[in-house]
Amino acid sequence: MLDSYGPEAKERMGFFTDTSVCIGCKACEVACKEWNLVPEDGLVWTGESYDNTSELGANTWRHVAFIEQSDPLRWLMSSDVCKHCTHAGCLDVCPTGSLFRTEYGTVVVQQDICNGCGYCVPACPFGVLDKRHLPRQDPPALPVLTKEEDGRVWKCTLCYDRLKGGHEPACAKACPTDSIQFGPLDELRERADKRLEKLQAENWNGARLYGRDPGDGVGGFGAFFLLLDEPEVYGLPPDPVVTTRDLPSMYRSAAIAAGAVVAGVLAAFVGGST
Amino acid sequence: MGSNMAENHPVGFQWVMEARERGARVFHIDPRFTRTSAMSTDWIGIRAGSDIAFLGGVVNYILENERYFEEYVKHFTNAPAIIHEDFVDTEDLDGLFSGWDPEKGKYDPTSWQYAGMEAHGAAGQREQGFETRGEQSGHGGHGGGLQHGEPPEEDLELKHPRCVFQLLKKHYARYTPELVADTCGCSVDDFLEYCSAICDNSGRERTGAFVYSVGWTQHTVGVQYIRTAAIVQQLLGNMGRPGGGIMALRGHASIQGSTDIPTLFNILPGYLPMPHTETYGDFQNFIDANTSPTGWWGHFDAYWVSLMKAYFGENATEGNDWLFHELPRVDDDNSVYWTTLQMLDGNVKGYIIAGENPAVGNSNSKAHRLALAKLDWLVVRDVVEIESAAFWYDSPEIESGELRTEEIPTEIFFLPAATHTEKDGSFTNTQRLLQWHWQATEPKSDCRSELWFYFHLGRMIKQKLAGSEAPRDKLIKALRWEYPTHSAIQEPDAEAVLQEVSGREIESGTFLDGYPKLKADGSTLCGCWIYCGCFKDGVNQTARKEPYWEQGYVAPEWAWAWPANRRLLYNRASADPDGKPWSERKKYVWWDEEQKKWTGLDVPDFEEDKEPGYVPPDDAKAEKAIAGDHPFIMQADGRSWLFVPQGLEDGPLPTHYEPHESPFDNSLYSQRANPRRQQFERPENPYNPVGSEPGSELYPYVATTYRLTEHHTAGGMSRTVPYLSELQPEMFCEVSPELAKEAGLEHGGWATIYSSRSAIEARVLVTDRIPPIEVQGRKTHQIGLPYHWGSRGLTTGGAANDLSSIALDPNVHIQEVKAFSVGIRPGRRPRGAALPRFVEEMRSRAR
Repeated sequence: MLDSYGPEAKERMGFFTDTSVCIGCKACEVACKEWNLVPEDGLVWTGESYDNTSELGANTWRHVAFIEQSDPLRWLMSSDVCKHCTHAGCLDVCPTGSLFRTEYGTVVVQQDICNGCGYCVPACPFGVLDKRHLPRQDPPALPVLTKEEDGRVWKCTLCYDRLKGGHEPACAKACPTDSIQFGPLDELRERADKRLEKLQAENWNGARLYGRDPGDGVGGFGAFFLLLDEPEVYGLPPDPVVTTRDLPSMYRSAAIAAGAVVAGVLAAFVGGST
Repeated sequence: MGSNMAENHPVGFQWVMEARERGARVFHIDPRFTRTSAMSTDWIGIRAGSDIAFLGGVVNYILENERYFEEYVKHFTNAPAIIHEDFVDTEDLDGLFSGWDPEKGKYDPTSWQYAGMEAHGAAGQREQGFETRGEQSGHGGHGGGLQHGEPPEEDLELKHPRCVFQLLKKHYARYTPELVADTCGCSVDDFLEYCSAICDNSGRERTGAFVYSVGWTQHTVGVQYIRTAAIVQQLLGNMGRPGGGIMALRGHASIQGSTDIPTLFNILPGYLPMPHTETYGDFQNFIDANTSPTGWWGHFDAYWVSLMKAYFGENATEGNDWLFHELPRVDDDNSVYWTTLQMLDGNVKGYIIAGENPAVGNSNSKAHRLALAKLDWLVVRDVVEIESAAFWYDSPEIESGELRTEEIPTEIFFLPAATHTEKDGSFTNTQRLLQWHWQATEPKSDCRSELWFYFHLGRMIKQKLAGSEAPRDKLIKALRWEYPTHSAIQEPDAEAVLQEVSGREIESGTFLDGYPKLKADGSTLCGCWIYCGCFKDGVNQTARKEPYWEQGYVAPEWAWAWPANRRLLYNRASADPDGKPWSERKKYVWWDEEQKKWTGLDVPDFEEDKEPGYVPPDDAKAEKAIAGDHPFIMQADGRSWLFVPQGLEDGPLPTHYEPHESPFDNSLYSQRANPRRQQFERPENPYNPVGSEPGSELYPYVATTYRLTEHHTAGGMSRTVPYLSELQPEMFCEVSPELAKEAGLEHGGWATIYSSRSAIEARVLVTDRIPPIEVQGRKTHQIGLPYHWGSRGLTTGGAANDLSSIALDPNVHIQEVKAFSVGIRPGRRPRGAALPRFVEEMRSRAR
């Protein structure tokens, strides 16, 4: 996957978000916004438990979900983020090359190239990609955020700039309980397997891994999770598939269909002339 | 208990999570199922304000089932001490202890003393005086005036009917699991599960710890809440041992520091008492009255004189009693609530508010806003223009017409403050750890640090008074006020202040390495005796940052802990009476027989060479009077106190009382609430009818206030920050589906919550996390109210403290905001003048 980088390729880096120790403090959300200068996303009280962020988007790159369950009484918290898929649909459909795979194996939007076409938005099976619409211009949160309506696509970069400087991403750095762990993906997968084994041995709360499997529909996540319930409970698709998976066969079918049309038309002309 | 650690102390909570990962059982006992409960192995829901009943039940369980740590209890606690024959328990006086004076509304503690002891020893004398004082007891409780470190009479068999152990048994005998369940609203099974778990996790091989926060302190029996936990921990042998203890979590970065070097009216640095008017005129009397003959408070004079030398330098001499006669005196209760009431009466002219927002954060905040409007002048120092600075043009009272801008005489000076990133300094955390932080950036425009403000204020006042001969100015003229400054704004050097706090030998200028070096002859100076040594060897010890993985888990090289860089207080208790560790697993500090000294993983909290078998001679004084097997060296008898013979205003043993405002009567006694609580019934502070009183049905629900992770206390530092405001953008109340149904509330809609003081509105969050409970056979509901909002900032909303009243703990004058009664109804609150009319109408219906 990083062959094109040749000797510049680095170890693939990612996140393992272990929701069994997430305390829902939202420090990840705030640290992300502080570091990446992501604007405030509207002061709207939702009534959805303690979740007033609601979903990932152009102005929310980390989102802590709060799920209240009554029998037994449980309060699940989970910090969601871009999955940095092995097979990333967003990257496949980007016509400008704005979206690219970094030498760390992460998927990043280059803001100076993005033209806001929005093809990547429906291409993401998780609804991560989103065009920025600033909810309000006044008063500005920070001077740099006073731009007019943006329209470009923004998402988690896995703190590409920090990685280049040898630092871990802001959210992982801020997480007080190490629910968000950053590191080489291979190591994280190993660590997650051990963690799952321990929790299952202790019969802890229905633990399972999500996005760890390289054989899944997106080739495994670069940022995967340990959940305590079905993915749907957290608003995550149970069996995500890269939206461009069927494109080659679709192109083939389309080509065959087009060929058939051309053949038919030709046949008609040929037939007509005889 | 009484803490929502995951939400309000998320960084510290990582260690609880780590403990859970290693198999620790974590119980969260709280009215609400919070983020802390979600992370715990067990949650027990109880009624807000019933914790003493719960913990008293635990005490009873431990005693009934003989689960106490017998050797520890016999040797290290005052269980064997025999109490005065006149002592009568609440069980025999229907909720009162002996010594109650109904006229004065206070106790005479004579009958609570150890038998054979003269009443009113050291600390006791300081307890006399003003009706509303009692301030010493909250900090120190220096211990009785024992002539040597043993109670005059004791029974090591613990059989004597008047020994502490037997009194304890009798006092808690009625706190059965059934009573606990009926009072707290939890199940008998859950309660017993908790009891057996904490007992199973105590003893030689294991220890258990308590964590509390203001959910315990902010009650009219706040101090007694913590006392009950202390009894449990003493009985189980969990004090002075690794993994044990009672952790008080602080709500703000240096709350511990602001009591050590206090912002309180009644103490000076290191918990030295402010002199009162009754000791005026006689310095020796003051010293004697505060010196305990036994224990480390025996060196009170050295601590005091060194402080005066730090304040006044060469101007303080033995000949002038170290300027004792010039010091200001405490002549009344000058705590914040009392001062506010005085303000309402027009008796306070000027006021400085720094780092507080009483118009939102203090109980009955409306009364505080009305009071501020009576001042001649007000200085507010804060990072933003908070409600306490803006009340004169933006407050519910301006909206209702109760205040008119043009009629408010107060001249307000708003002085912008620098934030912690804009200055050097130290934070003292809950573990008494002083941690240095460095300035990252210069303060913007006119923003200045507290240090800058008070240093230059003092400098200018001294300049103005330089020529004054007035006696009242003598003390200010005598102040040493020389600190180096740096940068263009002349910021004082914070390290120079820390050096003075740490202390020096005056003649040589040598830094002191600890408080045993302090002298009463004026040859040492020290700004705070318990901090003595934090600049040992001329090194800022608080700036050390060696991580624990590069040293042992005790991490003595990380920052500096007071006193003496000791990480665990009373750690001599981690060894048995003979000085051997209670177990290999829990070894911490022990007696090294070969080297004849105490050693271990931490700085021993004991004289290094005092043998475990040391028996003090009769004429021994101070620490020499403490026996070798008595670890609690700050107490006069060297033992921890199950029973507190003196130092508390409201009784020697914690007793379940209902909150000042509760919809229930006390099921144990006809004495409903703490008889000694401070009440201030007046037009600005009316109380709800309670218990079985007529009208209490209008305020039938138990309200409790709290904080959210996303906001900071009264909101000044978070409601103004977009990244935080968007995470919790509106005031809401938490109610159960059952209450929503009963009161007609709709999830996501609005509710008006009201008390006799005021009414506020909030969005309705219906949740199973605050289930109804059954108390005294009656189903009751609790309402959760975050208290962050006010009228200013990016998100605004009703201030929960507008609803609570001023009713205080008698020992420390803290407000009861964790349990009070309210009513609730659907819809938004009345606007303008209709708001006070509505509140009045409800009250008149209640009458």
